[in-house]
Amino acid sequence: MSMDKETVRKVASLANIEMDEAELERAAAQISGIIDWVEQLGAVNTDNIEPLANVANIELSLRADSITDGNYQDKILANAPEHTQGFFVVPKIVEQQS
Amino acid sequence: MTALTHLSIAAALDALEKKEFSARELTQAHIEAMESRRELNAYIIETPDIALSQADNSDKRRAKGDKAGLLEGIPLAIKDLFCTDNVQTTAASNILKGFIPPYESTVTRKLFDDGAVMLGKANLDQFAMGSSNTTSAFGNVINPWRGDDGRDLVPGGSSGGSAAAVAARIAMGATATDTGGSIRQPAAFCGLAGIKPTYGRCSRWGVIAFASSLDHPGPIARTVEDCALMLRSMSGHDPMDSTSAQRDVPDFAAALTGDLRGLKIGIPKEYRLDGIPAEIDTVWEQGIAWLKDAGAEIVDITLPHTKHALPTYYIIAPAEASSNLARYDGVRYGHRSAEASTLSEMYSKTRAEGFGEEVKRRIMIGTYVLSAGYYDAYYIKAQKVRRLILNDFTAAYEKCDAILTPTAPSAAFPIGENEDDPLKMYLNDVFTVTANLAGVPAMSVPAGLDARGLPLGLQILGRAWDEETVFKVAGVIERSAKFETLPQMLRKAA
Repeated sequence: MSMDKETVRKVASLANIEMDEAELERAAAQISGIIDWVEQLGAVNTDNIEPLANVANIELSLRADSITDGNYQDKILANAPEHTQGFFVVPKIVEQQS
Repeated sequence: MTALTHLSIAAALDALEKKEFSARELTQAHIEAMESRRELNAYIIETPDIALSQADNSDKRRAKGDKAGLLEGIPLAIKDLFCTDNVQTTAASNILKGFIPPYESTVTRKLFDDGAVMLGKANLDQFAMGSSNTTSAFGNVINPWRGDDGRDLVPGGSSGGSAAAVAARIAMGATATDTGGSIRQPAAFCGLAGIKPTYGRCSRWGVIAFASSLDHPGPIARTVEDCALMLRSMSGHDPMDSTSAQRDVPDFAAALTGDLRGLKIGIPKEYRLDGIPAEIDTVWEQGIAWLKDAGAEIVDITLPHTKHALPTYYIIAPAEASSNLARYDGVRYGHRSAEASTLSEMYSKTRAEGFGEEVKRRIMIGTYVLSAGYYDAYYIKAQKVRRLILNDFTAAYEKCDAILTPTAPSAAFPIGENEDDPLKMYLNDVFTVTANLAGVPAMSVPAGLDARGLPLGLQILGRAWDEETVFKVAGVIERSAKFETLPQMLRKAA
């Protein structure tokens, strides 16, 4: 098995997904199966082959550096789970000095 | 007169033009049919009020003598991956339940500008990740087709709701997306036509991202011509999508001449797999014979890296997904966990509660293959093999103008099958995924029925930007196959 539970625990933390012990074990078995399977690519000769990120092959176009969009704070906040006075609200991340 | 819900888009446009019925009557017939077939679970939400108001506006435009749009008055299902202004868009995930986009995706805006009517938002596999429409947070979609044992079958995925709706005559056509086969496999499973166009043909702006270099919007409809009509409306350059191409959009339907003289059709030997039902080979041989009869020359070709396409896809697609889905953090939109007291807990609990199991699995695979120490061995390696797969097609198209293969390795399977092992489910994409990696256009068209009476599809692949040849070849298969069988549920009603 290519991925043990501890590796999966680390990956889950990198991916910001909380998992309990049972989920980690299940994920380790399934993801290992998939990773073992994709490892067959190691046998393909790719010497001197450039990686292909996207087939689009389109030159990115430039536009004038001017404001083309904006001024709809209400739309941007409309789907926020919590907002106040034009800001998104998140749990406090600064400790208060006692 | 044929029931309004059984008309093709082309026939309905003709009848609307001749004032044989109104867009409102056409839409009303579809709304009633939609309400009577809710057991299929094809729609996440129905939007009958929007549909009727769009239909009334369409009738007014026709009454005024305005130039009719390309899809003037045609009722469609919109896959719930396309953001629709002021209408809930979920990607079939709890993490986006209740999300009301304040904007319209480019593809749906183009369709509505051309007069199309939205019946509702079609169900799908969660974040378009799946081949069976069993990963939706809004329940499974049931295929209107049934085998002789009467069990409920999957409609395919990820565009399962789109395909089920069109097959059940509760939409005339549907928008769909295809990242590894998600237009073509459900089209094949439901006896429909569906095309994944060239990468860059249809804008991805406003389409919820799965794997950006592989995601392709496209249409599913009941005929090849209807797909051509829809694709024309959906295509075109969009400055909002940097991968959208500055290319003119041809009148795809004009390519349906039925004449294949002078065309060379390639048959790739690598698509003959062990363990595939003999009926799939039989229908493929039949397709080859039909194309010969229409004047095409058949040539043997080789796509030597085909067997590496699936593992390549299952590195690249999860990698891009893990990056794209990082945006779901519970801050700006969508679900936020009520259980969190710190910011980092809010992220990890929100994502644990919001994402389904398959989505989490793919994010984890993607995070792993992109992590330090594994990036070169997995991700860069897969990108190199991806180039070899593209090179295969480039070499093949020096010998032929289009390629004919089966669409899927089986007909529709029962709900619950292939669920025990994710790898078994992934194999559904074995014939379709190469076209996503290479960005070339590919279409599925119904070609026959298997012994259980279930539809089988054939796939036509073409050169980049040459959808016209794909349509031309698909049109010949369609005309030769004379695929007219209805799903059982509609035969009973008829």
